[in-house]
Amino acid sequence: MATDVLHETNLGEINKYDFITPSHDVFKAKRGLSADIVGQISEMKQEPSWMRDFRLESLKIFESKPMPKWGGDIGINFQDIFYYLKPTNEQGKSWDDVPQEIKDTFDKLGIPEAEKKYLAGVKAQFESEVVYGSLQEDLGNKGVIFTDTDTAVREHPKLLREYFGKIIPPSDNKFAALNSAVWSGGSFIYVPPGVKIEFPLQAYFRINAEQMGQFERTLIIVDEGASVHYVEGCTAPMYTTESLHSAVVEVIVKKNGRCRYTTIQNWANNIYNLVTKRAVAYQDSLMEWIDGNLGSRLTMKYPAVYMMEPGARGEILSIAFSSKGQHQDAGAKVVHCAPHTKSRIISKSISKNGGRSSYRGLCKVEDGAVGSKSNVVCDALILDAASRSDTYPYIEVEEQDVQVEHEASVSRIGEEQLFYLMSRGLSEAEASSMIVSGFIEPLIKELPMEYAVEMNRLIELQMEGSVG
Amino acid sequence: MTETLKIKNLHVAVEGKPILRGVNLTINRGETHALMGPNGSGKSTLGNVIMGHPNYEVTEGVIELNGENILEWDATARARAGIFMAFQRPMAIPGVKMADFLRHATTNVRNPARKEGEELIPMRQFRKELTEKMEQLKMDVEFARRYVNDGFSGGEMKRAEILQMAMLRPKFAILDETDSGLDVDAVKLASQSIAQIGKETADSAAMGTLIITHHDKLLDQNTPDYTHVMLGGKIVETGGVELAHELFTDGYDRIRARYPEAAADERAMATTEAVAI
Repeated sequence: MATDVLHETNLGEINKYDFITPSHDVFKAKRGLSADIVGQISEMKQEPSWMRDFRLESLKIFESKPMPKWGGDIGINFQDIFYYLKPTNEQGKSWDDVPQEIKDTFDKLGIPEAEKKYLAGVKAQFESEVVYGSLQEDLGNKGVIFTDTDTAVREHPKLLREYFGKIIPPSDNKFAALNSAVWSGGSFIYVPPGVKIEFPLQAYFRINAEQMGQFERTLIIVDEGASVHYVEGCTAPMYTTESLHSAVVEVIVKKNGRCRYTTIQNWANNIYNLVTKRAVAYQDSLMEWIDGNLGSRLTMKYPAVYMMEPGARGEILSIAFSSKGQHQDAGAKVVHCAPHTKSRIISKSISKNGGRSSYRGLCKVEDGAVGSKSNVVCDALILDAASRSDTYPYIEVEEQDVQVEHEASVSRIGEEQLFYLMSRGLSEAEASSMIVSGFIEPLIKELPMEYAVEMNRLIELQMEGSVG
Repeated sequence: MTETLKIKNLHVAVEGKPILRGVNLTINRGETHALMGPNGSGKSTLGNVIMGHPNYEVTEGVIELNGENILEWDATARARAGIFMAFQRPMAIPGVKMADFLRHATTNVRNPARKEGEELIPMRQFRKELTEKMEQLKMDVEFARRYVNDGFSGGEMKRAEILQMAMLRPKFAILDETDSGLDVDAVKLASQSIAQIGKETADSAAMGTLIITHHDKLLDQNTPDYTHVMLGGKIVETGGVELAHELFTDGYDRIRARYPEAAADERAMATTEAVAI
């Protein structure tokens, strides 16, 4: 199926992700970072004072924390970045209200078509604000909240404040602090007890102003017995100067709840993608992260599941693809804090043309988490001698009665496999592409249809010209 | 004009060590050749070199397809020109379904000028043809949904190779021990299928076949026009079908006695062979 999709879909122009739409910004904060700018952002958004104080406090934490000494090489000048940009005065109420230029961008991304077919509610983030969103009425009737986080601050202050910054406090790490100070946009989802949303909720994100950081903030609360699948996809145009993406995603899954969070990110080669994602899972609940990372100069992202009560489960599936000048430092964290909790991590990485992929994962079992099980499998595929793959598994087990398994494999794309496929008339590029799509097939089949198509397209674009 | 695959004075080395030492062989379309010889004599190497394996270095000689030297062609070009090899140990390609793989392969071989991304043969047509061929080979349709050679039994792999040949309808086919790992009934079916496929090539001229084998069952339905014996990297003797039967019964000692020089090369190569495989 995967390869069918790969080759049957009309790919259009190769550089479809290179287009740039001219920016006509209504408001652009000054370059750089200071208490003034943070205050200005809060004022622009007409936020309550608690949020302004939260931002200013976070800024102090950001300034006090050193840069991480591990992972990748982060060459960012924080004073050289725009921290806030608001593209239109009003958030679009309907498709007709959305400016033509932005629609054109969405057209290039195929958003409206996608929506017609699959989407219940679309939150499309153009630059820092949500400009267009729709939500099926029946979701609203069931009490589901699906909105951008800025709106949630105004309209659902009590609910938001109860959880906001509680799973990932600003003090967690330097980039979580940065996001907490300057965050803008992102999705807020609340699913009331027992409500099961059958179709994926989706949002597209897009960075479109040079030197602009994107700091969306997502908070998902799945109440008891409820379930939701949230899908986030990103494509970014090419720029020549650095750009920073630093998101924070917090998820709470209560007793018997289920949440699946799917991300496909394809960043331009100059983007630093430094994201903190964490979920807490309560009794007998299930949290799944599905994470596809392509492009970017450096990605550091380790979706986490903290299993807080007995029977909680966490699953993390991730794919990383790194090419020339790219470093994917991605992985997963599972923390077993209660008895009989289960986790599974499957990580696949592909490196080509001198790209570097690292798996960095933590499996922690706390004292008393008896009967817990964890299974970690990470496979790396290296396409040429110039590329690199590393594995950094951290395993901390403080309980005897547990079962923790870790398997890792690294393989080079086999000459014998290539020869075999070529002896059947496939070109070398086609053969490589087929081997790669086969390698990631176990993850692709977990994606919703349209994302499987998108992922395959992206992989195919990445594979263009990779051989010979 | 009959199409011809011609191997002239072929010398091949792997990592500097000689494996083939001057092989001459001419196969015309419609002919069946059996290639026999003890393990390590260079039979599989010859097959791989004809198919264009990049790890073998041709130090002397040429391979010609209808008079054109194809040594510089990669495996893709050779496959698209109508050369096929059924592998002794086909590679597994996890995650890639047989049907997807075969659809690409079939499209490319039938349309040699195809560029990547260009259309594949229509799904309906392909599926119909694939189902027919699979029925002929008594293969379950589920097989098409499995990943290429991934977790296949020895017999399944060999049948999958024959299925590929049936779909690709080559002009020249090399069958490298396609009978090994098959039980008696499966060999019989394979033998019949190969004979049948040989008659059903795209342009209706029969296939030229090189059958590398240790047993004579595969030759029941594919009576060789020529039987070649390889020893120490050379074809030392060529005869008719009676030579094949003689070797099955008597083994290679008579051949070694008759060609002491090649037998000496065979002993020298015994150490090299481990590297080559």
